Amino acid sequence: MIVYTLFVVSLIVFAITQILPADAAVMMLGENATPEALDALRQTMGLDAPIWQQYFSWLWHVVQGDLGTSLRTGQPVGPAMFEALGRSLLLALFSIGLMLVLAIPLGIIAAIRRGKIADMVVSLVSYAGVALPEFVTATIAVLVFADWMKWLPPTGYVPLTEDFFGGIAHLVLPVCVISIILIAHVSRMVRSELVDVLHTDYIRAARLKGMSRGHVLRRHALRNALLPTITIVALDVGYLLGGVIVVEEIFAIPGIGRQLIVAIQARDLPAIQAGVLIMAATYSIVNFIADILYAWLDKRIQYD
Amino acid sequence: MTEFLKRLLKTPQGAIGTFLVVLVLAIVVFGPMLAPYDPEKLSPLARYKGPSLMYWLGTDQYGRDIFSRLLIGARATVVMAVLATIAGTLIGALIGTASAFLGGRADELIMRTIDAVMSIPSLLFALLVVNLLGSSTVNALVAVAIAFAPGMARITRSVALSVRKQDYVNAAIARGESSAYIIRREMLPNVIAPIIVEMTIRVSFAVMLFATLSFLGLGAQPPAAEWGLMVSEARRYMHMSAGILIWPSVAIAIVAVGFNLLGDGLRDALNPRT
Repeated sequence: MIVYTLFVVSLIVFAITQILPADAAVMMLGENATPEALDALRQTMGLDAPIWQQYFSWLWHVVQGDLGTSLRTGQPVGPAMFEALGRSLLLALFSIGLMLVLAIPLGIIAAIRRGKIADMVVSLVSYAGVALPEFVTATIAVLVFADWMKWLPPTGYVPLTEDFFGGIAHLVLPVCVISIILIAHVSRMVRSELVDVLHTDYIRAARLKGMSRGHVLRRHALRNALLPTITIVALDVGYLLGGVIVVEEIFAIPGIGRQLIVAIQARDLPAIQAGVLIMAATYSIVNFIADILYAWLDKRIQYD
Repeated sequence: MTEFLKRLLKTPQGAIGTFLVVLVLAIVVFGPMLAPYDPEKLSPLARYKGPSLMYWLGTDQYGRDIFSRLLIGARATVVMAVLATIAGTLIGALIGTASAFLGGRADELIMRTIDAVMSIPSLLFALLVVNLLGSSTVNALVAVAIAFAPGMARITRSVALSVRKQDYVNAAIARGESSAYIIRREMLPNVIAPIIVEMTIRVSFAVMLFATLSFLGLGAQPPAAEWGLMVSEARRYMHMSAGILIWPSVAIAIVAVGFNLLGDGLRDALNPRT
């Protein structure tokens, strides 16, 4: 499954970067290079070979863990990308953590108090959450919390190993900005799942048996309602990765999203290929783990 | 139809959503006529003005009237988003219905491929496509449409699978109709309702995606009055006057919330059992 996904992604990535109007040889030698020099370089880089041969040679190197050499810096792409990925994952993990801590309780409260004030407040919050793209919320957040209130640093990145509290302070705004849309989406999903479950016969049977509301909720309803959340969160990782690109650009965090933007602007083909491949792999692996986790938690799936 | 409208307007989501979307569409159509000033006219003496009777929402870093820019920018922002969503939906609906109808190996292959395409975040996908085609509004439209197609294909397929089991489809197969005929005439009309709901909600994503592309410098180009671009340009001057930043943000939010609410209202109205 993952192998097929990554194979298709590699095809797409390679196809896109092939159509990109950028000649790697011209990029390396500059516009004024002689045609002979360009030809010679193309030959050593294998750019004169047929497309499919180039693709398989690239794929072969990727499979062996060699993601190529950046046209911009001349350094191997792999190590730089994975180092950047580490910083992005830190950002992503904090965001998912914050989202789970807030979204699940909000969804549960809204479902239990369906139609009441609490429900309306939660859905109002979730509509507000999906109303603004990350770059707008990020800009407003910087204006309010960094410029006006001076509570937090506006942009930048400090490694946690260097200065733990400084690093955390720099992460607060980016993490909050990324998680807003996720919180809005997931809390709505939790609410609708739980509302559905609360209307099933087994919940009514448990209540009629004389079990307390809290007990039924904890033992029967939540277990079934929260399972699909795993899948939803895994699918939301796609949004998360997109959000990471924007947020890293605004807050000047040297993560994989920023690397990708720089690579795209510079038309640095190997770096683009590596970055997209790594992002797609992250998404696929997360979803693969979610599927396994789901089947492990819900024994019914295995007998399907 | 009137009965349906009544059901739609009865829920708070449907009523507010319809109101906001109609308001936005009215601005799209009549905005340029209502705008009190030329959106690109520079007034160096009237920069960073707050809201006043002369400039309802104040002026920006070049002394341009923000209200006029918002009214005129609605076309660039909203029309593009709607068009891109429709294009993406059509492509996706066709693929999804075909996949559900064909079933078996072909279905498996198409869906696995769609999964693979979806593993590239749609913003990244749009960035790549725009970079490939060159940054302009039309290319941004193509990019967003392509980025939306896989998700719509997936949703359409799951709806179409339940339609596929219906007797009238089997009857058409028994009559010996061609696959193309059955997909087009029997299945597509019956999967349209849920797709319209999804499409309405996705317009708000499209607005955001366009704004984000403009923000990253790959969509509309200055001095266009596109809302995302306005926010992006305002970032450097927001210390002078927060209004430059706030008003286009509010405009984006109104569109996004409007289409979201309308989508939810439509879902409830089309599906009365919940």
